[in-house]
Amino acid sequence: MNAVSVSRRSFLAASLAGGAALTFEARLAFAAAPGGAAPAMLGVFVSIAPDNTVTILAKNPEIGQGVKTMLPMLIAEELDVAWSQVKIRQADENQDKYGPQFAGGSMTTPLNWLPARQAGAGARAMLVAAAAQQWGVPVASLTTSDGMVKHAATGRTITYAALAPVAAKVAAPDLEKVALKDPKDFKIIGKPRPGVDTPAIVKGEPLFGIDAHPQGMLYAAMVKCPVISGTLKSFDDAAVRKEKGVLAVVPITDGEIPAGKHNAVAVVGDSWWRVHKAREKLAVQWDTAGFDGYSTEGYAAQAKALLGAAPAKDLFKAGDADAALAKAAKVVTADYAYPFLAHANLEPQNCTALWHPDGKLEFWAPTQDPGTARADVAKVLGIDPASMTIHMTRIGGGFGRRLMSDFMIQTACIAKAVPGRPVKLLYDRTDDLRNDYFRPGGWHRMTAGIDASGALVALKDHFITFGADGKPMRAAGMLASEFPGPALTDVHYGMSMIKTNVTTGWLRAPTSNAVAFVFQGFLDEVAEAAGTDLPSLMIKTLGAPRKFPSSDPDEPAFDTARARGVVEAVCKFAGWTGKRSATAGKGRGFGFYFSHRGYFAEVVDLTVADGQITIDKVWVAGDIGSQVINPLNAEHQMQGAVIDGIAQALVWQPIEQKAGAVTQENFGDFPLIRINQAPGDVAITWVVTDNPPTGLGEPTLPPVIPAIANAIKDATGKRLRSLPMSLA
Amino acid sequence: MAISLTVNRKPRTVDVEPDKPLLWVLREDLGMPGTKFGCGAGLCGACTVILNGEAVRSCQTPLADAAGKDIVTIEGVAASPVGAKVVEAWTKLDVPQCGYCQAGQIMSATALLTATPKPSADEVTAGMAGNICRCATYLRIQKAIAEASKAISGAAA
Repeated sequence: MNAVSVSRRSFLAASLAGGAALTFEARLAFAAAPGGAAPAMLGVFVSIAPDNTVTILAKNPEIGQGVKTMLPMLIAEELDVAWSQVKIRQADENQDKYGPQFAGGSMTTPLNWLPARQAGAGARAMLVAAAAQQWGVPVASLTTSDGMVKHAATGRTITYAALAPVAAKVAAPDLEKVALKDPKDFKIIGKPRPGVDTPAIVKGEPLFGIDAHPQGMLYAAMVKCPVISGTLKSFDDAAVRKEKGVLAVVPITDGEIPAGKHNAVAVVGDSWWRVHKAREKLAVQWDTAGFDGYSTEGYAAQAKALLGAAPAKDLFKAGDADAALAKAAKVVTADYAYPFLAHANLEPQNCTALWHPDGKLEFWAPTQDPGTARADVAKVLGIDPASMTIHMTRIGGGFGRRLMSDFMIQTACIAKAVPGRPVKLLYDRTDDLRNDYFRPGGWHRMTAGIDASGALVALKDHFITFGADGKPMRAAGMLASEFPGPALTDVHYGMSMIKTNVTTGWLRAPTSNAVAFVFQGFLDEVAEAAGTDLPSLMIKTLGAPRKFPSSDPDEPAFDTARARGVVEAVCKFAGWTGKRSATAGKGRGFGFYFSHRGYFAEVVDLTVADGQITIDKVWVAGDIGSQVINPLNAEHQMQGAVIDGIAQALVWQPIEQKAGAVTQENFGDFPLIRINQAPGDVAITWVVTDNPPTGLGEPTLPPVIPAIANAIKDATGKRLRSLPMSLA
Repeated sequence: MAISLTVNRKPRTVDVEPDKPLLWVLREDLGMPGTKFGCGAGLCGACTVILNGEAVRSCQTPLADAAGKDIVTIEGVAASPVGAKVVEAWTKLDVPQCGYCQAGQIMSATALLTATPKPSADEVTAGMAGNICRCATYLRIQKAIAEASKAISGAAA
């Protein structure tokens, strides 16, 4: 099973934990309308103040993907208020009340496109009903706009604020039947809206987890076991306790479910700078026996041996790939590889918590998945999940790292040791790089058969990944239905596994960010052998419009018509001719990928000079359905994802392991992409199709990586089959 | 030992270890968390402040070195005419994604445009290459600097 699906299923399960009905009904579970000047609540998300200011709660974690602006846009549109009237506030975690609250899998748009608009439309219906009641006129005779109800026949108007106290007592409509706007009437959706927090960000206002500062707050720094999965044997804190500002030393043996992966000792005091310096005086004995043999070199040697053997396990088998290859006019084979990667969120992992004297636990947490964190903290500390409050802070980069609960469990353990005082745990950069849930490395031996007509007729992939007991680790799987397998008669995807001690996890467009490189890079080789180009081979292989079901039951089918739509669109947009570059050192490459419900095709133009690769321009054609909700942010997400992909292709260095321990220290040996390495331009075009809108945080990223590999081949004649790509 | 410095035009005195980096003095002792911690090694630029007119990494600047100096942070950058134009351009173009690096980006851009009001593309890259944006908002950063440069030149003309 693909590990992605497990996580996504758990998200969906979490969203249903409070009952599916609650998710809907809660949106209009009315609080009693307070009298006087207090704002009236219209459902759980909307409140209207006497000055007609509309406050909308943003329920999902904001990691820079723009949902704190986007979700309220959906509500405001159907509520029919002017965007200038709207104030936005971040909700605490309470999934029984608000429905699913996580930032993962590019799922915020697909999960909320309908429910959020229904919540807005439901509130509007109640305001209209209140006006109809007040004026004694039929509901159908009333219209709304800009937070006002109007009666055209008499020219009367009334503000939502004047109606809100009465409206809050009107019976809630059936949200499944409430009328929604015709998209042609949208005034907020589809219009560029700047991020709601931008004005505060440019003033340096405290917004992020690291900025949380409840009164009386203490600080904590940890010494982590250098070998992930190693355990705490003993420690001597006599010296550290003498250091200025140090107040407590707390062993942490539970940072992971199941417990034991992230043992540490925390130093608590009155200044992070002081405790971070003081932690050097801690003498700690770790037990790393059994884990210190793991190394990057060891993995590579094992992979090499496994690639030459038969796969341990079948992932997908159809027809007889070996027989088809034996009959093929041409056979192409190549090995691809990619390394472990860290997330390197610029805001290092941190969390603030207060263990109240009555045993209640309060968090200020930069978490992408507060619901799972609540359950994990409860399980590890043996406390009632209902005894916790989780305030969600703005997050200085998510990328999947903060879907994990480790930093919240660790903070809870520390807070428990200093009850009554809030405490902030902050990792330094080395802690952050070495204690990640890494994107796992992997290897693929690809073999394809081409018939005399140049058609792809057989395909084999032997995938070497990380796992144990026949199961890939988190984010180390691959879809059995990976294209083009389902389009072919003779296919064999097989898998073999290597063990590792490190924790693995989701990195923006997980699995896709690696598999796209392998498959689209290899298909470019197949196209070349077939005497054609990759877009033409793609169109030929996609064939007639049809849908290939996903091997993951939570994932939508692969729609060949939508895939073809973006392939053709990007070729037109970039002026793709299929001819080789005529200029020395200039290259052009193509890549396609379908992930996170989005179809993306991209063309890269690059220059190679003195072994240095410069990305000149990237063209992107994307299909995320019928509506781009916030074009200003959509463009930004896509440009950012493309540059993130360029970084993975060319800049980021492999996370290295020696004797079980990750060796990276800082941005010197784990370099991130800088402004001088950014492309000249990232141009975007949309293919609008009649499908429900889907998310944009991730699906733009994967295709750019193979497009770069294919462009380097065009420029230099060299196939680079291992990440990061280098001509040195 | 009490050390005095000027932060955003206000005299401030702090009595902490003189080797404490300015970053942590701002965040912990002066209650100004706008300046961000990213790497602690001067590699990412998130902690950039302007010290006597120059962009410096506050994580690498011991408090003792800031004694008697004039510090500008993100909380006060808009008080200068160049800083105001930079902040305005950043807001107009909606440069931030997660926003964590943007304080440092704005401080570096302000220092760059103060020294070089009309920077070439290469000067922009050189002036900004010390500031990492993990969300990769670089294309908008370039546009915002061009916009601010235009506004500054317009105001001066």
